[in-house]
Amino acid sequence: MSEMREPTTDVEDLLRSALRPIEPPESLPTRVEGTLTAVTEAAAEELSAWADELSESELAALRDPRNWVRPVAAAAAGGLAGGALLLVEVRRRRRPSGASAVVDQLRNRLS
Amino acid sequence: MADGATTPTALSGEAKAKLDRDFEQLYRDHLRDVYSYSYYRVGNHHDAEDLTEQAFLQAYRHFERAQRESDGRPLRPWLIRIAHNLASNYHRDRARRPQSALEHADPIATMHDTEQIVEGRAELQAVMDGLRNLPGDRKEALIMRFALGMDNREIARALGRTDGATKVLIHRAIKQLEEEMAADE
Repeated sequence: MSEMREPTTDVEDLLRSALRPIEPPESLPTRVEGTLTAVTEAAAEELSAWADELSESELAALRDPRNWVRPVAAAAAGGLAGGALLLVEVRRRRRPSGASAVVDQLRNRLS
Repeated sequence: MADGATTPTALSGEAKAKLDRDFEQLYRDHLRDVYSYSYYRVGNHHDAEDLTEQAFLQAYRHFERAQRESDGRPLRPWLIRIAHNLASNYHRDRARRPQSALEHADPIATMHDTEQIVEGRAELQAVMDGLRNLPGDRKEALIMRFALGMDNREIARALGRTDGATKVLIHRAIKQLEEEMAADE
């Protein structure tokens, strides 16, 4: 169908010139990476706070395999969140009480 | 999580590390694409930065599932679709200023001679004016094609259309632009 051929017109050349890719400002990567770090750290902190708030009875309940869904889900989410620090190359700035520490803490309590 | 974000799948350490490396690569490869698309949709750097940041946050939240469901296909269309949806929300929130998109997005030109600059900029400004007047889906497809260099298949995935429908969309967009520019001469 001739009407549907790929158009190669002057308008296309103009569009290529007018719609050049835009380089992001130098500050943007730092901003995006910082936001991702803040979000992942907040997730880790939330997980940590949740673990600290558990009472003895709740901890006992967690030893029941029927109640393992929540901590496993939380550990998975926390682990994924903590992993984002790798992504933004700011792992060195992580606080020691990160997601992995919380997961270890949970594991110790459950063992 | 109700929306399926960060599905509570028990990832092994190795799988998690790979997921993070893959996201990092996606981010590095396409930061400019997301920023460019956002800029041409909203027409200013400030809001383009906000949209880019939001797009990568959303992408991170849903990355595991997107990668799982991508079946090995590139994730750029998925990422641009996120930016596309955010830009649509941006315009919906600013419905009282419907002409803001591309309003201040100057054409980027590299000219050397003064006469060329004047003549070239006038042509580029005309094409930008024409682009601004296109229906949303045509304009968005042209931004993806020419600012990001996406092919029909990628654009189809980003816009949630078939390859054939996308080809028609782009063809009609260029034709409309040609006609409008010709009418203005």
